[in-house]
Amino acid sequence: MADTATIEKVSIIVSKGSLEGIYPALIMANGARAEGIEADLFFTFFGLDAIAKKRWEHIKLATVGNPGLHLPTLLGGMPGVPDLVTRYMERKMDKLDIPPIPEFIEMIADTGAGIYACKASVDLFELDKDDLVEQVHGIITVGEFYEHAAGGQIIYT
Amino acid sequence: MPTTTYAGSAVPVDDEGFFTDPARWTEPMAEQIAKEAGIDTLTDRHWIVIRFMREQYAAKGTGPTVRVLGKTSGVSVKELYQLFPKGPAKTAAKIAGIPKPRGCI
Repeated sequence: MADTATIEKVSIIVSKGSLEGIYPALIMANGARAEGIEADLFFTFFGLDAIAKKRWEHIKLATVGNPGLHLPTLLGGMPGVPDLVTRYMERKMDKLDIPPIPEFIEMIADTGAGIYACKASVDLFELDKDDLVEQVHGIITVGEFYEHAAGGQIIYT
Repeated sequence: MPTTTYAGSAVPVDDEGFFTDPARWTEPMAEQIAKEAGIDTLTDRHWIVIRFMREQYAAKGTGPTVRVLGKTSGVSVKELYQLFPKGPAKTAAKIAGIPKPRGCI
């Protein structure tokens, strides 16, 4: 095998609560573990939705202010459109064997990746450990996150 | 194309050591490939995964993802990572003598 530089460890910060904000981070964390790379996920601000029990099944694709969707802003804001577009995207992802967020989080935890919630965000949204899914390893401060991330790459999504 | 010798016979492999001709693989080769991949002993649990990889490749032309392995091989995702710490799908594919799986999930 060729002797090339390798990535040994990644820490991925998830700060957005939209479908397209969360999935790339999950796919990259899972993909890292699939390559034998150590991986941690750090959920902060609206990214917490991905690991909050009351919210993680209601995550939607942003249909307003999302130029990538090529949908008129007015249309994206109409009632029912976010749900429709989200369902369409979820069906497409299912065909590609991309799991729904709850199952994906569980699978990533099973790969041995660390799942952490940001303490400042948990306080901000008045949540506690019971509001978060059981796969969460801990509610940690930014300082503790940097300690975890030491020696690896940090990816912000 | 490079070749590697396993169990006394030369087999064609790609740059990363994955078999390019799965028909050339035999079970006695597995232990040696596993050792090179950092796995000292292949247990019965490893073999369940290895045989499953071969079956899936024969049926679908590509190795399964970790998700599929976890759901249908009889070995959970957690255990898969214990058996193959450096990545179950890719390590098992190498030991099973099939090409490298290219899924993102």
